[in-house]
Amino acid sequence: MPEFAVDMRGIVKRFPGVVANDSVDFAVERGEIHGLLGENGAGKTVLMSTLYGLYRPDAGEILINGHPQSNYGPATAIRLGIGMVHQHFMLVPRLSVAENIMLGQEPIKSGIFLDREAAIRQIQKFSNQYGLPIDPKARVDQLPVGAQQRVEIIKALYRGADTLILDEPTAVLTEQEVEHLGSALRKLKQEGKATILITHKLREAIEICDRITVLRKGRVIGTVHASETNERELAEMMVGRDVVFTVRRTEAKETPEPVLRAKEIEAEDDRGLLALKGVSFDVRKNEILGIAGVQGNGQAELAEVLTGLRPIRKGSVSLGGQDLTGKTVRDFIDAGIAHIPADRHLRGLVMNFSLRENAILGRQRIHQFAPSRFWQNQLEITNYTKRIVEEFGVKTPSVYVLAQNLSGGNQQRLIVGREFSKEPRMIIAAQPTRGLDVGGIEYVHEQLLKMRDHGAAVLLISMDLDEVMMLSDRIAVIYNGSIVAIRDPEDTDRRELGELMLSGARAQTGAEEEG
Amino acid sequence: MKGNTSLSKGSTLLRELGITALSIVLAFGISAFIVWAAGFSVSAVFINLWKGAFGGKLALGSTLTKSTPIILTSLSFLLAFRCGLFNIGAEGQLYIGAIVAAVVGAYIHLPAALHVVVCLLAGGLGGALWGWIPGYLKAKRGVNEFVSTMMLSYVAIGLTDYLVAPRGPLHDTKYWANQTIRIAPTAALPRIMKPTQVSMALIVAVFFALVVWYYLFRTPAGYELRGVGLSPPAAEYGGIRIERKLILALTLAGFLAGLAGTGEVLGTHFRFIGRFSPGYGWDGIAGGLIARAHPIGAIFAALLMGALRAGGMQVQRSGAAPGDIAAVIQGLVIFFIIAPTLIRVLIHWRKK
Repeated sequence: MPEFAVDMRGIVKRFPGVVANDSVDFAVERGEIHGLLGENGAGKTVLMSTLYGLYRPDAGEILINGHPQSNYGPATAIRLGIGMVHQHFMLVPRLSVAENIMLGQEPIKSGIFLDREAAIRQIQKFSNQYGLPIDPKARVDQLPVGAQQRVEIIKALYRGADTLILDEPTAVLTEQEVEHLGSALRKLKQEGKATILITHKLREAIEICDRITVLRKGRVIGTVHASETNERELAEMMVGRDVVFTVRRTEAKETPEPVLRAKEIEAEDDRGLLALKGVSFDVRKNEILGIAGVQGNGQAELAEVLTGLRPIRKGSVSLGGQDLTGKTVRDFIDAGIAHIPADRHLRGLVMNFSLRENAILGRQRIHQFAPSRFWQNQLEITNYTKRIVEEFGVKTPSVYVLAQNLSGGNQQRLIVGREFSKEPRMIIAAQPTRGLDVGGIEYVHEQLLKMRDHGAAVLLISMDLDEVMMLSDRIAVIYNGSIVAIRDPEDTDRRELGELMLSGARAQTGAEEEG
Repeated sequence: MKGNTSLSKGSTLLRELGITALSIVLAFGISAFIVWAAGFSVSAVFINLWKGAFGGKLALGSTLTKSTPIILTSLSFLLAFRCGLFNIGAEGQLYIGAIVAAVVGAYIHLPAALHVVVCLLAGGLGGALWGWIPGYLKAKRGVNEFVSTMMLSYVAIGLTDYLVAPRGPLHDTKYWANQTIRIAPTAALPRIMKPTQVSMALIVAVFFALVVWYYLFRTPAGYELRGVGLSPPAAEYGGIRIERKLILALTLAGFLAGLAGTGEVLGTHFRFIGRFSPGYGWDGIAGGLIARAHPIGAIFAALLMGALRAGGMQVQRSGAAPGDIAAVIQGLVIFFIIAPTLIRVLIHWRKK
């Protein structure tokens, strides 16, 4: 019988109104990469928070290295070698990598002085040993996300972690970074460390993990060997039904009519650096134009410029012939632009507003909801919200609940529902499926195609190349603030797009041909 | 589903009220200990506290009179708070409102009902101006409103002091006191609970609590204001002009505080008296927080504050304990109610 690094037996965790974990058995062997798969709200995070000692289970027991634990809390968990890398990193941005890692466990020399060198040596040792390249002296806020994640992993190792919990580690990474992470995890495995990978990306789970446990509605559906399963089987386990993987795309109707015209747009990022360097394109009626690119090449600024949230330095934006350059967000909304923002927590919803209040965000002044300046039509708002909840399948006990009490997937459904219910002419969809489970992704994709077929123009900005390739009628590649190529998805492949995304300069000719 | 919702809404309200009640009991408990430890009679202090606040018509009148301006300054604080702003300067806005109302009440002559309304408006607008200045500075220059509203309070107090001082332009030359001449009878708010000083200003204050509630929760403008307070980036995304809302919120907050001062002039003193406020503006900060930033709650929060003020005076008058002890009790009650997290932690701890 293999020795388990972690053995959780019959874990039950209830919250008011829900059973988050229902008699969950979950065991991880030493030297194993174990995937924990499930839709949003399936109970993955609760289970792992229990393992990390943040929650006390209502029933069940936890064995670490074969020893049953009583009075188990975060301090015990850390002492027994459980390390967690959260989805949202817990780093001090203004401190260096070394300072972040040693925070709380600073090596001391001569009794009172910080031994920075010892820490740096130790970090470099881990870095080389596990193939996690990092500069200990760099400041964390100047590092890309992938590097910050490496800092988090090394921090856990520095604290003596034998079992690493990674919460959705690949959500923020590019394809190349995901590969690097995979090889680093395999090195950890050789050293006998156990890794638990929380994810809902099927392909990655199969590629990286040894075994995969699938949770659904708080219960374990099964544990399978990655080598003996496939994406379809896992998806079925996750959602409990057959999942259509390739969306059936209807051909775009031939309409040359441009809805959105972006001409030679230049704009700065938050630091005042030029982030968009003369971007031009049209989005036509009945068309999805996909923007492919590695994160941080101007996508965020592009979405903001096209919704009035960010000022334009040069160039122009127009919608259906109406010039919107320099106009307010209000004007963009009134002109018929819907916006699914990349950051739903920050921009997409007022978390402490109810569903009702969020459902009218952006249109709070229209006659339907506010017949006069002094009267909001409460009944109409309630009915309208109920329609959105029903039509877009937002799971909620009522429309009076605060948005922050919804799961991530349901929050996104609410945003999508709100934006699509505006009957927009133009949809700016930035990372519309980020953090969603299989069912949610499928749903948003269908909705985007439906909107397109109903005559809307759609600009899809996504880091997920599969998504862009699957949905787009044309694909524009953005690199370093410029559109370097526009391609027909029929005439290109992942390889070519990947190369364009990484070094756009080589393929300038493509963009010129397209005009 | 609907019944279910109102049920859950009701239960959270009950919970909030329960926590508040528990806070008050705890505060009185600790106060009792302090009174005892300081060597005074616990029963005498608390009996006088009660007598001064609610023991008879005069006591009740004293409580209501003191509560009236605090209702309005609490509304002033919470309205700005709902927009994410700290209006620490209600005291100054109150003084400016009061002096403007006193001038309009004394030097302009109009028919009775109209005169009162014009005075109320003028006083409110005076306060609004005093709120607009920090609002504008916040929106256009990023000046911290916490500091600017507080500093402008001292400017207002000093300015009004000068205006009514013996050599000031608004001084009533018949008396030595720092005050203006009496307002015209047409400008006075009638007394409604004679012989106490309770006036129509109380009705005005309660009316404005309802107005603020309606504005915040039933109009698109109030919706936008709350949106800015809860999440500026999401509000911006929703097409709300944040700068405008910040200016508007502080202007309206100034209007309400200005009304508080106006009510004192038109209903209590019938003239402006230099430094007449015992700190009603500052009380509004505590009042707004005790009310959990809810306009209807502000009425009850102000009643509590007014009762503590009235009762505290009786404690001192009766000789049961010095005024300092009354101030300690007042401080403890406020502290305990404003720190509900502490109570929640205690509840949580007990469950564990």
